[in-house]
Amino acid sequence: MVERRPALTMLSHLILVLGVLIVAFPLYIAFVASTHTASEIVQAPMPLLPGSHFLETWSAALFGNSGGGSKAPVGQMMWISFASAMIIAVGKIAISLLSAFAIVYFRFPARNFFFWAIFVTLMLPVEVRIGPTYQVVSDLKMLNSYAGLTVPLIASATATFLFRQFFLTVPDELVEASRIDGAGPLRFFRDVLLPLSKTSIAALFVIQFIYGWNQYLWPLLVTTDESMYPVVIGIKRMISGGDAANDWNIIMATALLAMIPPALVVVLMQRWFVKGLVDAEK
Amino acid sequence: MASISLRKVVKQYGTGAKANPVIHGVDAEIADGEFVVIVGPSGCGKSTLLRMVAGLEEISGGEIAIGDRVVNEVEPADRDIAMVFQNYALYPHMSVFENMAYGLKIRKLPPEQIRARVDKAAGILELSHLLQRKPRELSGGQRQRVAMGRAIVRDPQVFLFDEPLSNLDAKLRVQTRLEIQKLHRELGVTSLFVTHDQVEAMTLAQRIVVMNGGRMEQFGTPEEVYGRPATTFVASFIGSPAMNLLKGRVDGARFVIGDTALSLPQPAPREGELILGLRPEHALPHDGQAVAADATAWPLKVEMVEMLGAERLVYGRLGDAPFTLRIDGTDAPPQAGASVLLKAPAERLHWFDPATGRRVD
Repeated sequence: MVERRPALTMLSHLILVLGVLIVAFPLYIAFVASTHTASEIVQAPMPLLPGSHFLETWSAALFGNSGGGSKAPVGQMMWISFASAMIIAVGKIAISLLSAFAIVYFRFPARNFFFWAIFVTLMLPVEVRIGPTYQVVSDLKMLNSYAGLTVPLIASATATFLFRQFFLTVPDELVEASRIDGAGPLRFFRDVLLPLSKTSIAALFVIQFIYGWNQYLWPLLVTTDESMYPVVIGIKRMISGGDAANDWNIIMATALLAMIPPALVVVLMQRWFVKGLVDAEK
Repeated sequence: MASISLRKVVKQYGTGAKANPVIHGVDAEIADGEFVVIVGPSGCGKSTLLRMVAGLEEISGGEIAIGDRVVNEVEPADRDIAMVFQNYALYPHMSVFENMAYGLKIRKLPPEQIRARVDKAAGILELSHLLQRKPRELSGGQRQRVAMGRAIVRDPQVFLFDEPLSNLDAKLRVQTRLEIQKLHRELGVTSLFVTHDQVEAMTLAQRIVVMNGGRMEQFGTPEEVYGRPATTFVASFIGSPAMNLLKGRVDGARFVIGDTALSLPQPAPREGELILGLRPEHALPHDGQAVAADATAWPLKVEMVEMLGAERLVYGRLGDAPFTLRIDGTDAPPQAGASVLLKAPAERLHWFDPATGRRVD
């Protein structure tokens, strides 16, 4: 639809600009805050222009500082966040692909039961089963470890279901053609199914990476050691609460840092992401 | 190259009381290098039979042998067959070259040999300039050729075709039909071709298997199937428009349908209840002059006439029985409601037993 009405264009631009301002202003404030010293920020009125302490604050945030609350370096937290988000995303995709492959292409006893068992867990988010899961993880001595942070979050009914639906749309003749070509099940999986699902995999990776990165409740429970904090928990721990003075400049810098990787993943994989959601290459 | 033997082949889904048989013991011997078409209406088990030869369906009973080897328990890949599917089943993410080479790659042929074989097949099928394309960039006919190329490069003992032409438009279908014929002449590989289209069956086949309801009704050359149909089903399935089948009683030299008696040009093989078959193109309309004199002519009451260009179809009734007549398009069309006199050549009459549907000679 192409319309040429200046007033309408103005109006729509205005609305969009307003939207951008509403979203971007807090980010800007966070950035401004991260360029001042802690004491400058808490003065009223708060400065609205960037100050001169950018490098200082950001390096303090990245490599550790001496303020109140947690003092763990954000660089390490980011690494932990990144590693667990990667493990969660890759693990989820790998397990879901394989279980969907089994459910769609193999006839085994109680196949339907297993499918429904997986499907039912869709209705059980982490929060519902968090008590027993914590018990299991702690009994297995997985607290404060990558395994503890990731394994309970890896099983994914959503992704299994998504891949199942996708596999069901792959024509049976492809399976038969590859059988005649002499490809065994795993060969078929690797040579045919995987390449066909790559856009879905990319879309899922973006979603799951952000899901893993943004985990809050679960890491809050299983990490008690500063050296295993993911960055989201790190921010929380920096705010010491009570009357103690918080290093808001460093907290803001950390918050901005924590936003960068998921933003990067979305921006870099945008094309794939949209493609995966919109069309299945056929 | 090899012959194919089907011995009492049975297919059923489920077992015991819930068993649902779909193929009831098919016997056929297909010679080395022969082109055999399996034809029948949908649901007659023709595709199932083909898929059993391919090894994609389990064989519930009987034996299938390719060459001298019984293949009941042999994996599809090891049966030395190649199959062309109805919707081509090309791998969408692979180029034409990769599609054709995939089976060879799995069989671990050296790359230069794969290259050579694919190039040769692509040359035969005029695909050489398309080798780097993806299937979605090809037209239907080209995809069809790639699917055939994939079969050819494997250099199999048997080609299996599962309705490969049904997704093509009419013009392309004719063209591809000719190409398949040419290919078979060049390669001489034993071929089994499934279709529901009798024109494809008649034009391609050296011998035709006509199937109905999981049974083989007739196995013969196109001439035999058309000229001497073994059952009423074959009679009505092969040939278009279908053969007229008149149910009645033979009484001496007359054939009685309800109240109408038709005189027979030659005695029927036996007395009593029989079905008389006569193809629309074999009944001859009488010319106007001699009519009154000839008492052996059959009066056809015309109900409707269809113009098809080269020919006209006249629908009417002989007594109570519906009857279709095919006449030349240039003849003066009979009017609806008028009566046309027919002459039935003795050698064109077919007789069938009404109870079994089998041919009576």
